[in-house]
Amino acid sequence: MAEKNMVEAVRDAMSEEMERDPRVIVLGEDVANGGVFRATQGLLDEFGPDRCIDTPLAESAIVGVAIGASLNGVIPIAEIQFADFIHPAMDQIVSEAARLRYRSNGGWGCPITIRAPYGAGIHGGPYHSQSVEAIYGHVPGLKVVCVATPYDAKGLLKSAIRDPDPVLFLEHKRAYRLHRWDVPDEDYTIPIGEAEVKRDGKDISLITYGMMLHHALKAAETVEAEDGISAEVIDLRTISPLDKETILKSVEKTGKALVVYEDNLTGGFGAEVAAIIAQEAFDFLDGPVTRVASPDVPIAPYAGVLEEYVLPNPAKIASAIRDLAAY
Amino acid sequence: MEVVSVRESPGGLGLTGDQLMDMLYKMMLARAIGQRVRMLNRMGKVPFAVTGEGQEAAQVGTAYALAPGKDWVVPYYRDIGVVLVIGQTPRDLLLEALARGESVSSGGRNMPSHFSDPKLRIVSGAAVVATQIVHAVGTAFASKLRGLDEVSMVWFGDGATSEGDCHEAMNFAGIHGLPVVFVCEHNQYAISVPWTKQMAVENVSVRAQGYGFPGVTVDGNDVLAVYGSAREAVDRARRGEGPTFIEAKTYRLVPHTSDDDDRRYRSREEVEKWAKKDPIIRFQAYLQEHGLLDAKERDDLAMKVAEEVDAATEYAENAPLPDPESALKHVFAEEKGR
Repeated sequence: MAEKNMVEAVRDAMSEEMERDPRVIVLGEDVANGGVFRATQGLLDEFGPDRCIDTPLAESAIVGVAIGASLNGVIPIAEIQFADFIHPAMDQIVSEAARLRYRSNGGWGCPITIRAPYGAGIHGGPYHSQSVEAIYGHVPGLKVVCVATPYDAKGLLKSAIRDPDPVLFLEHKRAYRLHRWDVPDEDYTIPIGEAEVKRDGKDISLITYGMMLHHALKAAETVEAEDGISAEVIDLRTISPLDKETILKSVEKTGKALVVYEDNLTGGFGAEVAAIIAQEAFDFLDGPVTRVASPDVPIAPYAGVLEEYVLPNPAKIASAIRDLAAY
Repeated sequence: MEVVSVRESPGGLGLTGDQLMDMLYKMMLARAIGQRVRMLNRMGKVPFAVTGEGQEAAQVGTAYALAPGKDWVVPYYRDIGVVLVIGQTPRDLLLEALARGESVSSGGRNMPSHFSDPKLRIVSGAAVVATQIVHAVGTAFASKLRGLDEVSMVWFGDGATSEGDCHEAMNFAGIHGLPVVFVCEHNQYAISVPWTKQMAVENVSVRAQGYGFPGVTVDGNDVLAVYGSAREAVDRARRGEGPTFIEAKTYRLVPHTSDDDDRRYRSREEVEKWAKKDPIIRFQAYLQEHGLLDAKERDDLAMKVAEEVDAATEYAENAPLPDPESALKHVFAEEKGR
């Protein structure tokens, strides 16, 4: 066991999987040089230029070439440098990778992992801050993971690489170096599609993922200390397929659901979570299913004061907890 | 048009008489299947038809240079001739057109002519133009990384050359010197848009130079010229010398799809002019000139083709429709691991 930050955990997962399975390769922009976040640091030296491959600056080709290679015995991890830059590859992800198995009636599969740092909070402006999970979480045939802790990142990335279907693996970049937490040195996996209760509580359920997990945990500590409200915090970890069971079990216990996400309020993934709770846990609810999210402006403006104004934070979440708890 | 001629003699390309006859048979079969699918559409039995009558030489001539089952085949939605050469049967194609459950291509999920056959390494295609070009670069990239002497071949129309994916694919292939052959079936139109609104060059093959590999323009209605260029390209790729771009200039003799009326955008005189260059009639005449085919053999072959297409149609029409609940299957792998 060693203390690692999340970007080191991501790197370890790739290195260990490349060691375990010679079919695994990494490709993307600047990956041979370690990547802009250093997530592929050292992979070139460890595995050579045939397995850690700098691509031209062409996102559609990064994903499209990965798709083709995956049909021919290679297991690619394609890195999109920032989730904001994934849109040129959207057609390859949505129309090709995600539909290939279905449209061929199970004839072809597409075992690729697409890694992308996402999310705001680093003064990244409108093109280094986007949350793209709702766009892709909408697409059948694609699994979407959103990680925010070192332990989860390593275990889930290994599962993604071993998965027979395409996985979009979103790493919240604000969480890359936020903590140094214990991560086992040995091999372990976390199943895709399982949420985790990160904090037990009885009065209210906070359902969240990504960087908002850390803000929600902080807010839960605050309302416990200041108001005596016991908040349960669920980290979805995977948004597609979604672990409805863990969400509903918690809401059935607390009777109150606060869905917290960083993306824009309208049509964000939390809207789906809210709809599921409203439809399937209605009899247990003791207050309106409530959302805390960013307003509907492009996420996120560059200036610190603007960014802070827009993004949810522990204080905003604590305030929403208090309102809902008092309902 | 610059024309590469490789037809000094029927044996000049190393093809046997049987192979030449087989090429003709595949071209005629492709034509007959296309016509049958369109007819079934007019009869209300097939909701949509997209076929490639007129492009058989470009299809059969290129695919004939591959090793079926070993090389990677990434066709587009007109390539009935390609998949027949690689090993799909009239039955496969009629089952697909009639959206029957046992269709190997998609079990009734994809529109007709979106060919797929994992055993034959025919990669399933989408309808978004040019996305498949990148996939062929991916299969070729894997062949190179794994040290396998496989070649990938990908087909697309002239319209596809305008797409960003075409550029991204060819650039990637050039950088890595991949064993891939790009085949542009330049049929003059992207639905109604003529090629002159698609590109500002006479021969789009010149673009290959910009990616660092050879490009060649051939008479796409001359099956042997097409085959000669494809043979050379496949041999180059197999020797590890990288990609080739083949522009086969041809003509779509039929509307874009069963939902298109091509009278709106091209004259009947133009279509008639190209019908005179029909690649099947030309190849038959060539074989007759060289004493390899007589009128009776030609008619016998036409009869054989018609019988096969009839039999395939009958089989497919009687095959069961997909189980409606199968619509929920195969979104993800149904077994863990791989």
